[in-house]
Amino acid sequence: MLTFQPWKTWITVIVCLLGVLLALPNVVPQKTLDAMPSWVPTHRISYGLDLQGGSHLLLEVDLKSVNKERLNGALDGLRTALLKEKIGYTQLAVDDEHLVVALRDAADADKVKGLIAQVDPDLATTSMPDGKLQVAYTQQSLIARQNQVVDQSIEIIRRRVDETGTKEPTIQREGDDRILLQLPGIDDPQHMKDVLNRTAKMTFQLVDESVSPEDAKAGHLPPGDELLSAEDISAGRVGQPQQYVINKRVMVDGGSLTGASASFQDNAPVIQFKFDSVGARRFADATRANVRKRFAIVLDKKVISAPVINEPITGGSGVISGSFTVQSANDLALLLRAGALPASLSIIEERTVGPDLGADSVRAGTTACLVAVGLVAMFMVVFYGLFGIYANIALFFNLCLLLAALSTLGATLTLPGIAGIALTLGMAVDANVLVNERIREEARHGRSVISAIDNGFSRAYATIIDANVTHLIAGSLLFELGSGPVKGFAVTLCLGILTSLFTTMLVSRLLVVWWLRRSRPKALPI
Amino acid sequence: MRPLFVFLREPPHIPFVKLHTLGFIISILLTLASIGLLATRGLNFGIDFRGGIVMEVKVATPAADLEGMRTTLNGLGLGEVSLQSFGAPNDVLIRLPRQPGDDAAQQKGVETVRTALGSSFEYRRTEVVGPKVGGELIQAGEIATVLAILAIAAYVWFRFEWQFGLGAIVSTFHDVITTLGLFSLLQLEFNLTTLAAILTIAGYSINDTVVIYDRVRETLRKFKTMPLDGVVDLSLNETLSRTVLTSSVTAVAVLALLLFGGEVIRGFSAAMLWGIIIGTYSSLFIAAPLLLHVRPRRGNEKAAPAAGAKPTKA
Repeated sequence: MLTFQPWKTWITVIVCLLGVLLALPNVVPQKTLDAMPSWVPTHRISYGLDLQGGSHLLLEVDLKSVNKERLNGALDGLRTALLKEKIGYTQLAVDDEHLVVALRDAADADKVKGLIAQVDPDLATTSMPDGKLQVAYTQQSLIARQNQVVDQSIEIIRRRVDETGTKEPTIQREGDDRILLQLPGIDDPQHMKDVLNRTAKMTFQLVDESVSPEDAKAGHLPPGDELLSAEDISAGRVGQPQQYVINKRVMVDGGSLTGASASFQDNAPVIQFKFDSVGARRFADATRANVRKRFAIVLDKKVISAPVINEPITGGSGVISGSFTVQSANDLALLLRAGALPASLSIIEERTVGPDLGADSVRAGTTACLVAVGLVAMFMVVFYGLFGIYANIALFFNLCLLLAALSTLGATLTLPGIAGIALTLGMAVDANVLVNERIREEARHGRSVISAIDNGFSRAYATIIDANVTHLIAGSLLFELGSGPVKGFAVTLCLGILTSLFTTMLVSRLLVVWWLRRSRPKALPI
Repeated sequence: MRPLFVFLREPPHIPFVKLHTLGFIISILLTLASIGLLATRGLNFGIDFRGGIVMEVKVATPAADLEGMRTTLNGLGLGEVSLQSFGAPNDVLIRLPRQPGDDAAQQKGVETVRTALGSSFEYRRTEVVGPKVGGELIQAGEIATVLAILAIAAYVWFRFEWQFGLGAIVSTFHDVITTLGLFSLLQLEFNLTTLAAILTIAGYSINDTVVIYDRVRETLRKFKTMPLDGVVDLSLNETLSRTVLTSSVTAVAVLALLLFGGEVIRGFSAAMLWGIIIGTYSSLFIAAPLLLHVRPRRGNEKAAPAAGAKPTKA
């Protein structure tokens, strides 16, 4: 027992000092930290959104529509191919996840399969028992597309968030089709939600003026056309149609934009835009071929405006006017600059905490922790005297090590996380209680002071390990399951278990060994 | 420095084994009652699981006009709005049921409330959980709880023997189910942090059980011919001071959380406090006595000298 190897002593002392040093930045004012030389560790524990205030938004990418849209594209390609090859069919449609083809002559099946592979090599065709062909994208290509869409969405979200000037946002993928967005300091995320809710897919398309919207609605929609309604913001404009018949072919799309900004024209907010060279050429060609006709500026399947082409637009830039307000013009310009989302997003979870509540929570959490520490420390002194004081010293280092670990690992502290700290402090002394009770018991069985202490420590260890491993199991499952605040709790709980193992098995033991060497006691102080 | 007070200087002689039938009866009743409550009343799921909207608002006046707010909010057609004073009298928690429709409908609900209440309120917290997320969280919670119990039992089995693993699983299940029962009885809100508390309770209650099992195993090896009920009684009494002291210390820490930690984690603290109490009880009256009924192997029993039957040491 008295042999506590020097290297162990040194490691214990160094780890403890390091713990204090790394935990220190959390209690030192920021100003002092800034004045420190750069080699001094100044990492602080980062607060979760529930403590510093901010908005947590969980977004879901609509992958189903992406797949459906892709199948519709394949359907268009296949229809053209079938027409060209003069193969008759009785059904050609997209259901939930498949493209279903029923051929007039079943003998054509093999030929059609070849055509399908030509349309898109990623398509897999299965012959159904009823003779129909079921076409779907391969799992591999679905996953590849899914990843591409989600990654692209994250990129666009990042650009949009950055454009709004939000500081230090966190944007990360969660699961297959979700994106977690954390916006510190945002206590009213409404504007952000407005910005995210729009796909902002902008296209320039020709208006088909050969049919009136009324006729089209009555069922006379020419093939290759679609009926689109006007954007709400232009609803106030008197004398403008509410619906347009639009040619599906896209002249130029928003991907060719290099810049967009809000501006004023005739005292009304408008959006100035500029195309890249390819976009500018295509726009020039399209407008040259369609002078005196109308073209529509379509945003997310809504027509913003449909001006007449008076002359070819060759400069590669232009102005969009609509009934914009300053805010909506600014937002639209922002969306056009950041680019279109590859799929629409829906907000499936929102948690927003104001800065005041966050500060209150920090205060309440700190108070609770301090009270817990005070009570636990008092308890230990009352019940174990000198060894209780040693336990409290170990407890102090435990707290420092826990804070140090949280600071250096960059873990996020949440309110349940603070609860985890308080809880850990209560449970950390468990190991000390076990040891001390065991020492008493060994002494009761007639062992000498040193032998009782030695046996007390060594016998209690197996128990301590067993008891803590089971606890770690529960903690790590919590980490796996939890989101946000709960994860923060799991982190402090697990780290707390580890640091408390260290402090009891090394720190309190070292203190007892030093005391034994110094005072050579005849009787146990407990 | 000597301790001011020594708790149980000598181990007591509480006849745990004799009392265990009573313990079993109480626990079976508690468990059945809990299952019954869960089946009939169910849990008061918070929005984490059920989906819906929670907003915490604070008004500048000393006390919020709950009646006025209720009239305003109930006129919005957002379903049954519940208002509750939260901590301070000028702090109000607004709960809205999940809005019919998709996720966008939930967002719209928040907007409607904000517009109706106006800017004289400070919006301290807004939480909106869509229907899909809620369902997933319930499932994830169930899976995590079951996995936690199984993993703990597997570890105990691995470190001890299957009889101990069984005891661990039964007592942990008992603690979890009665905690759920308490939440059902008092209709306390059950949310994600409560679930975190339940998993922590599972981990904590097993802590006590493992300490006692450890001692049972040690005593079994030391006194190879002592009858099993004697072993269990001796082990429980010898570890009783530790069991009680540890639980009290942790309970004290949790009490500090309950009193000073604020409204947001009150449910969590309450669950933890109950869990510590029930966990300690179940270690003493369920986990350990259960060994009498599944009878762990005694190891090399023929080598035991008759004199070893006395639990005293020279």
